[in-house]
Amino acid sequence: MLHAALAEAPSRSAPVGARYGAAASRCGLWLLVVLTLACVGSVPWALARVGTTEQGSARSRRYEAADLGMGLLPPRWWPLAPDDRARIDRAAQDGRTVPTRWLGTDRLGRDVLARCLLGGAVSLVVGTAAATIAVVIGTFYGMVAAVAGGRVDGIMMRTVDVLYGLPTILIVVLLAVAVDGVLARVGTDLASWQMQLLNGGTLLVAIGAVSWLTMARVIRGQVLSLRAQPFMEACRAIGVPARRQFFRHLLPNLVGPIVVYATLAVPAAILSESFLSFLGIGIREPLPSWGNLAADGLAELNPVRSRWWLLLWPCLLIATTLLSLNFIGEGLRERFDPRGRRS
Amino acid sequence: MIQPDPNTKRPLLDVADLAVSFDNASSASAPRIQAVAGVNMTIYPRQTLAVVGESGCGKSVTAMSTMQLVPRPPGRFDRGTILFEGRDLLSLPERAMLDVRGKDIAMIFQEPMTSLNPVYTIGDQIMEAILLHQSIGAEGAREIALQAMRDVGIPKPEQRIDAYPHQFSGGMRQRVMIAMALACQPKLLLADEPTTALDVTIQAQILELLQELQRTRGMGIMLITHNLGVVAENADVICVMYAGRVVEYAKVYELFDRPLHPYTRGLFNSIPKLRDQKHRLVTVDELVNDPAEYRKLPGHDKGVVPWWPTMPPPAGARALGHDDAVGSETVLHEVERDHWVGCWRTEHLDALPGRRPDIDYRRGAV
Repeated sequence: MLHAALAEAPSRSAPVGARYGAAASRCGLWLLVVLTLACVGSVPWALARVGTTEQGSARSRRYEAADLGMGLLPPRWWPLAPDDRARIDRAAQDGRTVPTRWLGTDRLGRDVLARCLLGGAVSLVVGTAAATIAVVIGTFYGMVAAVAGGRVDGIMMRTVDVLYGLPTILIVVLLAVAVDGVLARVGTDLASWQMQLLNGGTLLVAIGAVSWLTMARVIRGQVLSLRAQPFMEACRAIGVPARRQFFRHLLPNLVGPIVVYATLAVPAAILSESFLSFLGIGIREPLPSWGNLAADGLAELNPVRSRWWLLLWPCLLIATTLLSLNFIGEGLRERFDPRGRRS
Repeated sequence: MIQPDPNTKRPLLDVADLAVSFDNASSASAPRIQAVAGVNMTIYPRQTLAVVGESGCGKSVTAMSTMQLVPRPPGRFDRGTILFEGRDLLSLPERAMLDVRGKDIAMIFQEPMTSLNPVYTIGDQIMEAILLHQSIGAEGAREIALQAMRDVGIPKPEQRIDAYPHQFSGGMRQRVMIAMALACQPKLLLADEPTTALDVTIQAQILELLQELQRTRGMGIMLITHNLGVVAENADVICVMYAGRVVEYAKVYELFDRPLHPYTRGLFNSIPKLRDQKHRLVTVDELVNDPAEYRKLPGHDKGVVPWWPTMPPPAGARALGHDDAVGSETVLHEVERDHWVGCWRTEHLDALPGRRPDIDYRRGAV
């Protein structure tokens, strides 16, 4: 039924404001698609193993290779000219951008574009996954609380209040420390990529576990107000069983708030990921994320020799993504609501 | 499936001494709020029973109880039975109720603007009831839905069936609601203020439509309304309610000609009349608080006094103990043949052989 609504919505004439909104959301969608494709597309390249296997040791992956000479700098489609190496070294020392690298290089001479793309992939995956966790948990928790009502509702929502009261960062830090502690106790020696995966997972759980709270409150409120709507009473009156009421009549009406919250939750999760990476929890060097790239960039900002581009590009990418997501969320909300195009 | 014979003497719906109460939200120890305290009424096939009374007098709760749609808790059925074709609806389990709702008994709500789910098309919503209650495919259900839309006078149903509720006007939405309710050919229709939200012309159309459908299908209708004009034109029998009790119960013309309870008289008196030049209308309160009004009831000298909560009970009224149920201080007394008035329960009335309100009467038909 919603597909029908989607197909039908654009054919009707929309007010000027809505038309701007539609254009903005389409722009946002394209930007985000391009960005995501570029980021994800760079992943195989960045994660590929490079170098030779000397003394039987495993070759390192490109993003964490110690030797910059191992074809690390440019992607293959942007080959390094013979004299580029020297120019990059000089430029890096002087704190200038290198013209052949589109977005410049960082302190170690690594290509910022390549790192931003890989960082973007990491940030987007973490953001989307954390937001999904938050939305799924929050939606079901909120719905169960609202439907159960009474004492169950009271207990569930007071639990949410208590969790709200705890400082987010504290929970996340505790979680990270606990994971580290468990690892030390078990005493396994993990490869660096396994550590990265584990750190990322911890980050996901930490962000997801904290950000579903708002979602649960929003959904509970929505369900309570929807259940009081006469059309829910009307569907009880024609003998619709409880489960069908819930999934077929209540849930589709919740799509609007869920979509809006999800598109807000993704940027929020990206931001918390950035912040936590900045604190050294979660994604750690040499694996980049937009958060720790920006953190590095901030450290490079000084009056003597500023590498301003190290801060600019990751921040610009974060901003673009957040803006795009917001526009898309707005557009989706309008599409999902058949009444949105009334005027 | 036994088809009800329209000429049967057995009522379609028989509400006996129904009492429904709700938790007091202010505190758990506060007394429960008695929404309905001993209501009696019957509805026969092809009959329209109008339930009138002010807001909060228990009209809707009575209708909702019939469908077991009163949320429990906070609601609770204290006592009484609601017999539908001889089956007690109040004791039916939820699973059996699902089958009754929408199939045997249908309901129309007073808010056509919000009673349709905004995210589904009209067709989906009409077809849902059909698909739930009849073993029929989507194609067949669509045909029935189209026919139902035609029946309620929606023009071009083939085009309108795939429209969304917001594309309909209020009157059209109410027609859709009626089509939804009638798609499964219910035997009883509970119309909870079906025309309150509509303007007068649409009101007339909808009521005419209901009357016609009632004639062709032999449906019983419980018409809940505030509008005495609507009652006068559509009802066969009227049940006047106040504070969860039936205060008067009679055939339509009889009630309008000779209202016996001061409250009913107050209601009729407060209707403005076109030819009268008046500065202010007589309020219900003025009549109800006048002790002289209570003496007009036949049999007053024997202690038959109309019940009213703010009036002192007459001498001989049965004193209520602490354990007595709310509502047991009143009794429906058949003052004249087929004309009941809610009176204070006295020993004199208790001694009389009483009959519960039960009128098998249709206007026009003798």
